[in-house]
Amino acid sequence: MRPIATTRSATGIPTGRLAVWWVIASEIVIFGGLLASYLMHRLGHPEFGGPEYAGATNTWIGAFNTFVLLTSSFAAVKAHEAAQAGDGPTAAKRLLYTAFGGLTFLCVKGYEWTHEISEGYVITKNAFWSFYYVAAGIHASHVVGGMIIMLILYGDVKKNKELQRVELIGNYWHFVDLIWIFLFPLLYIAK
Amino acid sequence: MSEHAHAHDHKGHGGHGDGGHGDHADHPSYFKTYITLLGLLAVSVAGPMFGHPWLTLITAFGIAVVKAYLVASRFMHLNIEKKIASYLLLAALALLLLFYAGVSPDVMKHRGNNWENMAAQDEVERAEAAASTAPAHHHE
Repeated sequence: MRPIATTRSATGIPTGRLAVWWVIASEIVIFGGLLASYLMHRLGHPEFGGPEYAGATNTWIGAFNTFVLLTSSFAAVKAHEAAQAGDGPTAAKRLLYTAFGGLTFLCVKGYEWTHEISEGYVITKNAFWSFYYVAAGIHASHVVGGMIIMLILYGDVKKNKELQRVELIGNYWHFVDLIWIFLFPLLYIAK
Repeated sequence: MSEHAHAHDHKGHGGHGDGGHGDHADHPSYFKTYITLLGLLAVSVAGPMFGHPWLTLITAFGIAVVKAYLVASRFMHLNIEKKIASYLLLAALALLLLFYAGVSPDVMKHRGNNWENMAAQDEVERAEAAASTAPAHHHE
């Protein structure tokens, strides 16, 4: 027996999915505020494109991480497809692939940050690096959160239980990917 | 109807009546979308290599918007979701635009009629002087 709040749907969207849209809307304001602030500073400070600023980020590493997140998003949507077909074990396996994509992303980020910090590009170096570490750090924390949720869902989904949750975590994951799609040109390409 | 049941309602027939996502059979191929996204990524990386700032702007940010649209519509299924979800997200974006419009003049400009942001001006001058004397040290 489920509570009424879980089962009624005034908007025509199932409650769980509507809740995820609300989460995403609030995340738009969180990340959007940060990115908008960065954009204002970037446009008001021509030096942000210089060698001690965005010029020191590695485009290839950023591009590789974009590739990793796009691939993990593809795995997430294929997991949703399997869940929709009622194939829990396949959906669970694809959720693991998605989480592995997240892990790869974090490892690359760890390598990249170690290299940058060792070269002196720390969070207090200048305003660009402040934005860089805060934006990429908040994004990375969302990657970690998504991976944890996927690992929690794995057991139930494998047993063909609560399959609708595959779509819910998938939508969250695609949003995390979407944020990176904007972070990549802002932090790695606009030099 | 429980959400669990909702998920299974899609199986095989793609009903839309109870708030479901419609028929995925006529939905664009996920694999084709993925390959398109990778192609767009390659273009956005290649853009700056031509050295034209306007081309970089288009290939970096224009393509980011296209990629975001593809992910939102085809992977998040916003194109077949109930319209209220899109309105919800657009409302958040509208608040963001309001924030940008209100704050950006004070950040992007370093002086106005009755004020001057000396710290920002000094930083621009310091950084430009440092960039003109120091050897370039940046990754591709």
